[in-house]
Amino acid sequence: MRTCAPVLTLVLLGPFLAGSACAQLIGTPDFSDHTIPTSQVADPASNGWALVDISALVIALGLATYLALVSRSRKHLFLLTLACLAYFGFFREGCVCPIGATQNVALAMADASYVLPITVIVFFLLPLVFTLFFGRTFCAAVCPLGAVQELVAVRHVRVPRWLDQSLGLVPYIYLGAAVILAATGTAFIICRYDPFVAMFRLNGTAPMLIFGGSLLLVGVFVGRPYCRYLCPYGAVLRVLSRFSKWHARITPSECINCRLCEDACPYGAIETPTVPLSRDESRRERRHFVWALALVPVWVIGGVGLGSQLGEPLARWNPDVLLAEQLTAEQFGLAVETTDATEAFRSAGREPREAYLVADKLQRRSRTLACWLGAWVGLVVAIKLVQLSLRRQRDDHVANRSGCVACGRCFRYCPVELVRLGVISDVSERVTEEQP
Amino acid sequence: MNDQPVKNDRREFIQDGLRVAGLVTLGAAGGFLVGRQGEAEETVWQLDPNKCIACKNCATHCVLDESAVKCVQFFDMCGYCDICTGYFDPNYRELNTAAENQMCPTGAIRRTFIEEKAGQKFFEYTIDADACVGCGKCVKGCALMNGSFYLQVSHDRCLNCNECAIAVSCPTQAFDRLPANRPYRLKSPALALLKRKVKHPSHQDARDLLSQVYDP
Repeated sequence: MRTCAPVLTLVLLGPFLAGSACAQLIGTPDFSDHTIPTSQVADPASNGWALVDISALVIALGLATYLALVSRSRKHLFLLTLACLAYFGFFREGCVCPIGATQNVALAMADASYVLPITVIVFFLLPLVFTLFFGRTFCAAVCPLGAVQELVAVRHVRVPRWLDQSLGLVPYIYLGAAVILAATGTAFIICRYDPFVAMFRLNGTAPMLIFGGSLLLVGVFVGRPYCRYLCPYGAVLRVLSRFSKWHARITPSECINCRLCEDACPYGAIETPTVPLSRDESRRERRHFVWALALVPVWVIGGVGLGSQLGEPLARWNPDVLLAEQLTAEQFGLAVETTDATEAFRSAGREPREAYLVADKLQRRSRTLACWLGAWVGLVVAIKLVQLSLRRQRDDHVANRSGCVACGRCFRYCPVELVRLGVISDVSERVTEEQP
Repeated sequence: MNDQPVKNDRREFIQDGLRVAGLVTLGAAGGFLVGRQGEAEETVWQLDPNKCIACKNCATHCVLDESAVKCVQFFDMCGYCDICTGYFDPNYRELNTAAENQMCPTGAIRRTFIEEKAGQKFFEYTIDADACVGCGKCVKGCALMNGSFYLQVSHDRCLNCNECAIAVSCPTQAFDRLPANRPYRLKSPALALLKRKVKHPSHQDARDLLSQVYDP
């Protein structure tokens, strides 16, 4: 069949002219006894879940905080994790989630015409506020993405510190890229590359299912790989958790430095007491710190340099830029065949020049943004180096405030906790009696 | 030994300060976002049938098992043809309603005889939205003639994802966001026809449709 683009002239009442009617509309007949219906479109489904979602979030966050900080029950936390996985994950199919909401917030900040539903605002802000006071209890049991990884983290291996620290930079870079792409209305990459939402929906593209599946497989040995090395919202939570007022503790009262908890954490978040440094060592440490501080501008400038090279690839996220590129390629005979996009563009009677102008503007904007992204990456690296050169003295085994997700696995490793629970009896007094 | 509590006090003081600063920032962000609510309307995804080329992506790229995109028939643009290029497969064996002769893979188009006039038979073609999968085969077929079939995101089904998966894959960028109280579109000739139709007092259904249609 030959495709002919019909030039639609309006209403041609007249005889039925099959075949010859490419240029005109065939008139709707005048029926003697039949009125021509008007099809109705479906009314929008009312979003009755908004209130339920918000209440579920508030209740789950409150419960998670209580279970992690007050009642210290890993079992109940685990049950809550399952419940949240069932509700936020499988029932609500992973939407709305605070991780993705980051992008909506970025877009709403940048674009006044984009309106954010209240649910999204609450989902974005509430976990942040909770984290500011109680640490990452959202990660502990509420987040469905964390939950699905929590279930498979059964056999953990220790990630080497250098690898852990370097991969730990990725979430900040991801966050920067996601915010820039969302704020410019280009793409929502957090949603597009959400590894587990395809599982929650029991439906998705093969690459995303494979990505999610392999993350879970890795997650058996390296606890919560998405949370630790990708999650952009987790990156924000890490920073806030550092300043939290209260936080989940390994031991209910005083650490006796028995070292039993050292291997408890699958997420590498337990910090051991520091060894006092010799004078030479501490002088070296101080020199490192000064260097790291002095190098901050160098990293940022280097990042801008790197970013200036990334303008082109960043621009190619935008379909308008791709369209203009394809149009150019076709114009100069570089493209083998036309695409649907260029066909549609031409059949709409638009001039390629129009597309070039749009693409040019977008490319210029993306060059600027890429420099900002580069500066952000440089800053992230620089801050990490400063942070690594800082050493704080620790006398006890404590949870690393930014790394700890308050999952409660370490509670029962602590003998003090076992005494508290009455599982074992306190023999410390008897031991000290016998000692001398 | 003696300065330990002082040091801790100082640390706590700084942390308290940072916490308050964080809280204020979050509160300000929340207030700003809530304050912006009044400035514009909420929006939902819709496709522009004037740009649509019926490429079939709508049927396969939606995150729902059964796509939120459905075919709609705009009857006032339909020729009520006997040999409908949207209904019959180009390689039909016979001109009857047998499945192998139909364009629609799910048999979602109902063909009803209306009238015979001057030797011409006229049929009405109605879409069964429950059976439609939004593949747009009929839309492509109908485009050869009047183009009264067109695809639309059906808002009783659409989840209103952050980033519509079909929009990402749409070759002609036909998807964008419309105000939620007018979430549907018509082809431009159809819109003109509908505007004429609503003037007639008996056409309440036409007024209902027009009230839902976005008019640029």
